[in-house]
Amino acid sequence: MIEFTLNGKPAVFDDDPSIPLLWAVRDDFKLKGSKFGCGAGLCGACTMHVDGKAVRTCVLPVANVAGKSVTTIESLGNPNEMHPLQQAWVEHNVPQCGYCQSGQIMSAAALLAKNPAATASDVDKAMSGNLCRCGCYPRIKAAVLSVAEKSV
Amino acid sequence: MSGHQVSRRQLLKRGALLSGGLVVGVQLPGCSFSGPLPIEAADEGFVPHAFLQISPNNEIFFYCPSDEMGQGVRTGLATIIGEELDLHPSQMVVRSAGSHKAYANPEFGIQLTGGSNAVRAFYTPLRQTGADTRALLLNAASLDLGIPAEQLSTDNGHVVAGKRRYPYGDFIGTAATLELPEATPLKPVNQFKYIGSEFTRVDALEKSTGTAQFGIDADIPGMVYAVVARPPVAGAKPIRLEREHVLAMPGIIAVVDISSGVAVVAERYWYAQQGVKALHIEWEQMPLESVDSATVKADLAAALEGNDVIEATNEGDMEAGFKLAKHQHRSDYYAPFLAHAPLEPVNATLRIEGERAELWTGVQSIQAAQGLVERVTGLARGNITVHNLYLGGGFGRRGTLTHIVEVAEIALAVQKPVQLLWSRENDIQNGLYRPASYMRITAGIDDEGRITAWHASRAGANITGDTMTNLLPAMFPRMPKSMLNGLAGSLEYVFSNWAVDPSSVEGLHETYDLPNALVTHATVDHGLPTTFWRSVGHSYTAFAVESMIDELAEQAGMDPIAFRLKNTEGKPRMHRVLRCAADLMANYQLPEGHHLGVACHSSFFTDVAQIAEVSVSDTGDIRVHRVTCVADVGTAVNPDIVKAQLEGAVMFALTATLHGSIDLEAGAVVQSNFHDYPLLRMNEAPEVDVHLIDSGTAPTGIGEPGVPPLAPAVANGVYRAFGERLRTLPLRVTPNA
Repeated sequence: MIEFTLNGKPAVFDDDPSIPLLWAVRDDFKLKGSKFGCGAGLCGACTMHVDGKAVRTCVLPVANVAGKSVTTIESLGNPNEMHPLQQAWVEHNVPQCGYCQSGQIMSAAALLAKNPAATASDVDKAMSGNLCRCGCYPRIKAAVLSVAEKSV
Repeated sequence: MSGHQVSRRQLLKRGALLSGGLVVGVQLPGCSFSGPLPIEAADEGFVPHAFLQISPNNEIFFYCPSDEMGQGVRTGLATIIGEELDLHPSQMVVRSAGSHKAYANPEFGIQLTGGSNAVRAFYTPLRQTGADTRALLLNAASLDLGIPAEQLSTDNGHVVAGKRRYPYGDFIGTAATLELPEATPLKPVNQFKYIGSEFTRVDALEKSTGTAQFGIDADIPGMVYAVVARPPVAGAKPIRLEREHVLAMPGIIAVVDISSGVAVVAERYWYAQQGVKALHIEWEQMPLESVDSATVKADLAAALEGNDVIEATNEGDMEAGFKLAKHQHRSDYYAPFLAHAPLEPVNATLRIEGERAELWTGVQSIQAAQGLVERVTGLARGNITVHNLYLGGGFGRRGTLTHIVEVAEIALAVQKPVQLLWSRENDIQNGLYRPASYMRITAGIDDEGRITAWHASRAGANITGDTMTNLLPAMFPRMPKSMLNGLAGSLEYVFSNWAVDPSSVEGLHETYDLPNALVTHATVDHGLPTTFWRSVGHSYTAFAVESMIDELAEQAGMDPIAFRLKNTEGKPRMHRVLRCAADLMANYQLPEGHHLGVACHSSFFTDVAQIAEVSVSDTGDIRVHRVTCVADVGTAVNPDIVKAQLEGAVMFALTATLHGSIDLEAGAVVQSNFHDYPLLRMNEAPEVDVHLIDSGTAPTGIGEPGVPPLAPAVANGVYRAFGERLRTLPLRVTPNA
């Protein structure tokens, strides 16, 4: 039995502890905002925060988050109360198919939490693990930088 | 409506006051699927036709007939109908329409999203529907208010009478008793309020907050999860299978033989995955096993010299054209197989209960999905509900729906609701591909730099044949398999011997003034399934044509843009795009070591030119710093979404230009995931400047036309940076010693 904190609330997972966190969150806790893209930690669609760090959860056994705090896109903000990054995403018309965007936003949020005044090259470095097949990169970058600039 | 005896036909014509609102629609003849509109009743309201539903509290639903895969079609079509209805798209609730003939694409005659045609094909019909509905509401308001309709106007979902504003919803009761007007005059273009302005996509909020629902997010009580073990070589069937040890593994429910492989069904996706990995399967041997990537290229090249070359286009007189030529030049080009790799792997969730079935998925043809469930289950069409959720990328991949066949076979076998998910490895190794293509162009130019003769030839697998083979069973769910195989087989036979598959050679000659043009084709099919891939044939033909044009410009001693201008004098729209590109190019301030490559291409009725700013490092790394994209898309319904599509097309095409290759070894796809089939990453992404030219025409294609010119623009830039013509994709520079 694995106990951890999920979006600020206690969570218990009682199955094979080697199951990746992504599937536990999606199928047991019914939070579907984090996506499956590759199952190999290569695309970033499954990105959540574990103790504030952006982590690829499709290859992270639930056992590894025992006692830790997991945050998903659902608690970063919601349609009525958006995180500044989500607001910037809407303002820049970032999403196309939208499938990768939860992971993109979670990576960006982890970056800005650590480095609120991130530069373009910081963004490149932090975000290059998140694939976008539609090619929204210029807008993702512009949206992240618009939030970073506000903090300067 | 109780108390009135109204036939269904009248209901559709006149509109229907459903328990969910007023629904308004277009009747198209000859389709096999009809019955009640698939509009779920929410509360009291009015349904004037298939596209709109107006509730008493003025909540207005737009049922979008095309599938949203990122191209912005929900926003685009909502804007088109909203312009004439006089309702801002952000005020509508936009929903995916269900499967019904009323939603058939006006050009295709079926419900299918592709070919960059949705905005173009629905532009006039949806404007007309919007205008007719507005006229209906004004007629109803006139009766209710006792004011002549000429004295009423509208503003964003309201009827305006003097200083008073009445929500449209106030008049739906009376509207339901009136005939829907026809052929209502459309707005003059200069009165557009929404078309041509930039605003937020209707799906931006959902997609920025993790609340957008994709096929994979369907979660049905009691559902089980399926993963399919697939043959390493396409089409092989299992000849020996050991399953007992897998059935003993945790969480495994069943191991099911299906038409495409062996499905492992489990309580979790994870368990099903483990089960698939543990299966021991011996697959039958296939002819494709004798093929690897080198064989493919050699066979394609040889076919151009062989006896199976047939004519696709023959205009003017080639021989005379070559006699006029001062220079003659010939080059060969090659483009490999490519996978679509949408970020959401294909998936489907199906529940069969008694005589009814319900499917949740995200596909480019809801009608085909419904047809395939009908085919496999034998259930009546009207008892099959399809929820087409957002598509996590399409690019042509979600127009082939073998996964719907699979989920239906599995659900029938296990008698439980099933969610089928393809792994990324399945997606890369077991899908359908943009076919490899070998192209040869021989051209002649005269003293003035005019192209006097042009012979373009392509060898490779046909694109349309395989796609139709998979689509036909969906379109004719009750046709026996033998007959379908006959149909599909004869199509392939025709394409191999008589008539060239237009998709396979499109783009080989259309962009330029070519008085003497010959296009020929040789079909070589090794058996790897192929299908449409964003921009289809243009995705490789533009690489050959635009590289050749650059080579010819050099032979003529002309600037690449001047040469293109000279040879597009009879193509005024492209000519203007090129002139604009030339002006922009003249303003470039290039850093040391940066070079420009240019290319242009017409596809899907849209003309695009791209300028790539390129450098090549000492180690041979190609870097694209900036792409300037000039496009004439006619009326840009939402210019910001058009720009986003062109930006995205550059990134999609740059993946193919720098990285993309699906290789075969002993008939099996070598690549398996993003480590060896890499997609462009942010640190490689160029800046993109988009310049739209409005020629004043109705909208033309948007989703695909940004893809074709990019690879040759980069290759032409690499030539200037490095001095070597790269004629094979993906581009590989051999570094200087």
